Amino acid sequence: MYDDLRELYQEVILEHGKHPRNRRQPAGCNRHALGRNPVCGDAFVIYLTVDDDGVVRDCGFKGEGCAISMASASMMSEIVKGKTLDEARRLFETFHGMATGDGEAVDTDGLDEDDLDRLQALSGVRRFPIRVKCATLAWHTMQAAMDGVNEISTE
Amino acid sequence: MTVMRQHPIAAPLHSSGVNDYDVAAVRADFPILDRTVYGKPLVYLDNASSAQKPRAVIDTVRRVYENDYANVHRGLHYLSGAATDAYEAARETVRAFVNARSVKEIVFTRNATEAINLVAGSYGRAFLKEGDEVVISTMEHHANIVPWQLLRDEKGIVLKVVPIDDAGNFLFDAYERLLGPRTALVAVTHASNALGTVTPAKAIVRAAHDRGIPVLLDGSQGAVHCGVDVQDLGADFYVFTGHKLYGPTGVGVLYGREDLLDRMPPYQGGGEMIRTVTFEKTEFADLPAKFEAGTPPLVQAIGLGAAIDYITALGLDRIAAHEQELLGYATDRLSDLPGLTIVGRAEDKASIVSFTMDVAHPHDVGTVIDRAGVAVRAGHHCAQPLMQRFGVTATARASFGLYNTKAEIDILAEALLGVRELFG
Repeated sequence: MYDDLRELYQEVILEHGKHPRNRRQPAGCNRHALGRNPVCGDAFVIYLTVDDDGVVRDCGFKGEGCAISMASASMMSEIVKGKTLDEARRLFETFHGMATGDGEAVDTDGLDEDDLDRLQALSGVRRFPIRVKCATLAWHTMQAAMDGVNEISTE
Repeated sequence: MTVMRQHPIAAPLHSSGVNDYDVAAVRADFPILDRTVYGKPLVYLDNASSAQKPRAVIDTVRRVYENDYANVHRGLHYLSGAATDAYEAARETVRAFVNARSVKEIVFTRNATEAINLVAGSYGRAFLKEGDEVVISTMEHHANIVPWQLLRDEKGIVLKVVPIDDAGNFLFDAYERLLGPRTALVAVTHASNALGTVTPAKAIVRAAHDRGIPVLLDGSQGAVHCGVDVQDLGADFYVFTGHKLYGPTGVGVLYGREDLLDRMPPYQGGGEMIRTVTFEKTEFADLPAKFEAGTPPLVQAIGLGAAIDYITALGLDRIAAHEQELLGYATDRLSDLPGLTIVGRAEDKASIVSFTMDVAHPHDVGTVIDRAGVAVRAGHHCAQPLMQRFGVTATARASFGLYNTKAEIDILAEALLGVRELFG
């Protein structure tokens, strides 16, 4: 097997892909959005429970996709829990930079090192440009949910 | 010459099993087959999406641009005459290929999609009324669904869908039951791009004609794999595209029965398709120019003519036998792989094998085997209703053309074992 494939399909990715966390609509969910990738037909609904202080109390998702998109949604649902909306946005910006390979300018001050390490695991996708949207679909959809947009399409 | 890895049960590299079909010589006609991807020999199994081009086509296109290029049907100069002759000669080549009665029945379009849109936009708009029914099948490509939905939204026609069984067979009895007094058109595929199913096109046409209903056949795959005789099939419209038939992109074909095309209004307006224009009134040109507004894809059409000459010289029957042998071999090899399910096991199939794997999503399958040099399509194949019929969002699809070999199928099978190793 080839090194860049091993880098893309790391154990943690395969594990999240097979056993995704938070694949449910959380109780008290007050924001959601549907995200589609029209190229491949993948579709995810991301659910957020955001409290009055703007903190994400819970995050879940429903949908079906490839190992990359499933793992990304699963890991995102764990990472954004307990974060403020602002932190969640900055995590997405950081991850977007990692996934596309042009993320130098993102300010990661104050973001959790562990979270950044976990996101790093998905950054192998930058060697597979066709698959970047698989990794970012859940995040784009979460951002739409935060912005009050109920449906997005990556293209 | 491409170097292949040996597999213990691989057939001899250059033998297709068909005695006089020399696949090594055929491969030598396709320059791209010499290249590598990620350092591996290219194993191109995405032919149902688009086929590679033989040198004869590439050279023809270059020769036209280098020596014989000018616009067609205008300009009283030598080169315009030469380009017009070559363009019209390509039309005659296409006519002979599908056995149409007249070159007036051959309209060049951009692709098969545009040919279907032409029929929907011209025939459909002019002759279909609210409540009229158009019969399609579960296996249609989006190109033979969406144009009719647009017409439905505009005119209030009704779409009826012929079901298939779990193997992907066209259910003929159900089809006949759908034909009724309001059926105004049947528009079905000749061969499914996603499953490979070859439909009983001749019987489909006969059943419709018995009731006075015209039939459009989508031959995007059928023209490549089935051999087309529009008179024998009886089709009223038959559409296909050049790039899947080893020709250039940007050119497709609409065959239409002359009496129908004659009655149909133009699809687009512009130059080429007129006889005289004043601001008060335009007199349209005769067939087929009436449906070829603007400068046509003339170089691509000439290239398509070269592609048809190439496959005709190879022998359509011999190509079909070679492809059927590859289909049988691939079906056996892939059926032996653990956790792999072939989607589409119709009795009559073109050389297309769609499949899913229990351990990995089709996109992950595609990404992994791509690194082994194997190009397949992974996705919904522009046939989402068909995917829904089988309860999947996507499949991986290996589709075989005239230059593929059993050794390449062995490489595919080995790469799929690699998927299992990674995800299993």
